[in-house]
Amino acid sequence: MTSVDRSPRAGDGLASPARGSTRRAAARTGPPRKAPAGGARRGHDGWWPVLFVLPTMFGVVLFYLWPIVQTGWFSFTEWGAFGGQTWVGTENYVRLASDPDLGTAIVNTLVYTGIVLLGIPIAMVVASLLSRPGMRFTAFYRVLYFMPYVAMPTAVAMVWRLIFNGDFGVLNWALGLVGVDGPAWTSTPGFALVAVSIVGLWTSLGFAIIILSAGLKNIPSELFEAASLDGASPWRQFRSVTVPLLTPSVFFVTVITVINGFQLFDLLYALMGQGNPAIQETQSLVYLFYNEAFLRNDKGFAAAIAMVILLIVGAVTLLQFRMQRRWVTYA
Amino acid sequence: MPEPTLAAPAVPGTAARPAPARRRSSRHGSNAWAHVLLAAGGVVMVFPFVWQVLTSLSTNAQVMSVPPVFWPGELQWGNYAEVFSKLPFLQEFWVSVSITVVRTVGQLVLCSMAGYAFARMRFPLRGVLLALVLSILMVPSQVYLIPQYQIVNGLGWLNTVAGIAAPGVFSAFGTFLMMQFFKGVPDSLEEAARLDGANPFQVFARIMLPLAGPSLGALTIITVLWSWNDLLWPLVVSTRAESMPLAAGIATFAGRTTTDYTVMMAASVLAMAPILLLFIALQRRVIDGLAHSGLK
Repeated sequence: MTSVDRSPRAGDGLASPARGSTRRAAARTGPPRKAPAGGARRGHDGWWPVLFVLPTMFGVVLFYLWPIVQTGWFSFTEWGAFGGQTWVGTENYVRLASDPDLGTAIVNTLVYTGIVLLGIPIAMVVASLLSRPGMRFTAFYRVLYFMPYVAMPTAVAMVWRLIFNGDFGVLNWALGLVGVDGPAWTSTPGFALVAVSIVGLWTSLGFAIIILSAGLKNIPSELFEAASLDGASPWRQFRSVTVPLLTPSVFFVTVITVINGFQLFDLLYALMGQGNPAIQETQSLVYLFYNEAFLRNDKGFAAAIAMVILLIVGAVTLLQFRMQRRWVTYA
Repeated sequence: MPEPTLAAPAVPGTAARPAPARRRSSRHGSNAWAHVLLAAGGVVMVFPFVWQVLTSLSTNAQVMSVPPVFWPGELQWGNYAEVFSKLPFLQEFWVSVSITVVRTVGQLVLCSMAGYAFARMRFPLRGVLLALVLSILMVPSQVYLIPQYQIVNGLGWLNTVAGIAAPGVFSAFGTFLMMQFFKGVPDSLEEAARLDGANPFQVFARIMLPLAGPSLGALTIITVLWSWNDLLWPLVVSTRAESMPLAAGIATFAGRTTTDYTVMMAASVLAMAPILLLFIALQRRVIDGLAHSGLK
């Protein structure tokens, strides 16, 4: 910590001859200093930054940074029944690579994310309807569409379980009206994942609508006026003005949706319930991690899963940023 | 916002007049379609909530009947009373409230202070420390979950409010959010206070913090929502039903009893009601706050 204190004083010395008790006076009367690029403006904060930053740094190091390092190390160890780790090299990763559950979890997570991404075009339609000139009750609609986003996932999952119930669910009853014999959604592999994804889409739609609405608001109305003066139909305006200018917002929503999609756990856990025979074929990456780390208590193996999740999420996010040049238009 | 732009073309002379008139008439016609579509979608969005309330007031026989009973007739308010005897609802509610308050107050204090320092103070290693904090934003929570569990376990904090709340008191995202705000405040305000002899903490507390209202509001909303709804971490560090927050308590209850649908519905209605009511009361601020901060 001494270094934290020393340097500002050194900075003081450089900036003005005043030191110690006269430091503040110097700050007042001294010549204006050039502001460095980082946005810091003064060289006279002394010990204060320590007071401001130390509590957060303490928590961040203790609960986040050091644990990240530890998990990296754990992924190369095996845990004994009574604690204590033994170095096993890459064994956990080798085991993971040949574990069929990993492939299942990756595919399931991708399918879930893909289905939830289908909400973005829907959100685009809703957002552009809401932003129509002269549109009324928009605040009311926003509340309706946004409610699933703020509602507790485990609590809404309870009613979705009833809706999806194979014997008396209202969804299968409705499907029966049109002559379709619905499956036992939450206990049939495949269908269970679709059910979870539908709820995921329903949950995240409101967020996409809000971000896209904000994006629409930023499109200058002159562009639409110019387009309509040129005789562009509403559909043409949507395609040639709205869509390109909305791509930065769409990109942002896509990145967030993918990152959240890879975190699928709450809905899966609550919608399927414990002891569901279909869980192994429906599990997500995070569920796989949770199961190994805390139900099967294989923490070294689970740490390797966590590192793989980090790697996949990082790679996918990087890929998205690389791809954005192809389709995102920055006005 | 759209109104002025519509009125604008009508101003210059008679030549422009027919066009806006036509647009207005077609506008009303097509807005009816917009309302039909939005309302249809809205029904789908709201149906689960309505269904949840209706089933929470039905009997189990009605819930399991085919075709479904949409209106239960005699409302079974007793289901709500049973919530309190069949699961430790009050204890779980109290845990939820406690962890939400601790995390929110903690983040508001710590994140605004750290964000302020990163945005406007000059100190050695500032760039490095900031990079370290922000690097956490890229890392999925699974990567630090096992060591966090070990720390909380080592402290003897399993099944306690402190244990559930502790890691969430610190937030890289909150620090980033507050830093972004403080970066945008003009220097002049701070300089004036400094000239009056205020120390950095006084400048922060009296000048900067009062300006940060909207950002603090957004941070509050995000933290409350996440804290109330989060499942994975509480599930890991609490094993006894009465020391779980509601999100974990409901999931665990549902895992134990699969047939008591009506009580399960009543419990989940009660569990999410506080947040939903708060949202409906503050809807504009919640939506704007989440839209501006971008992330949950």
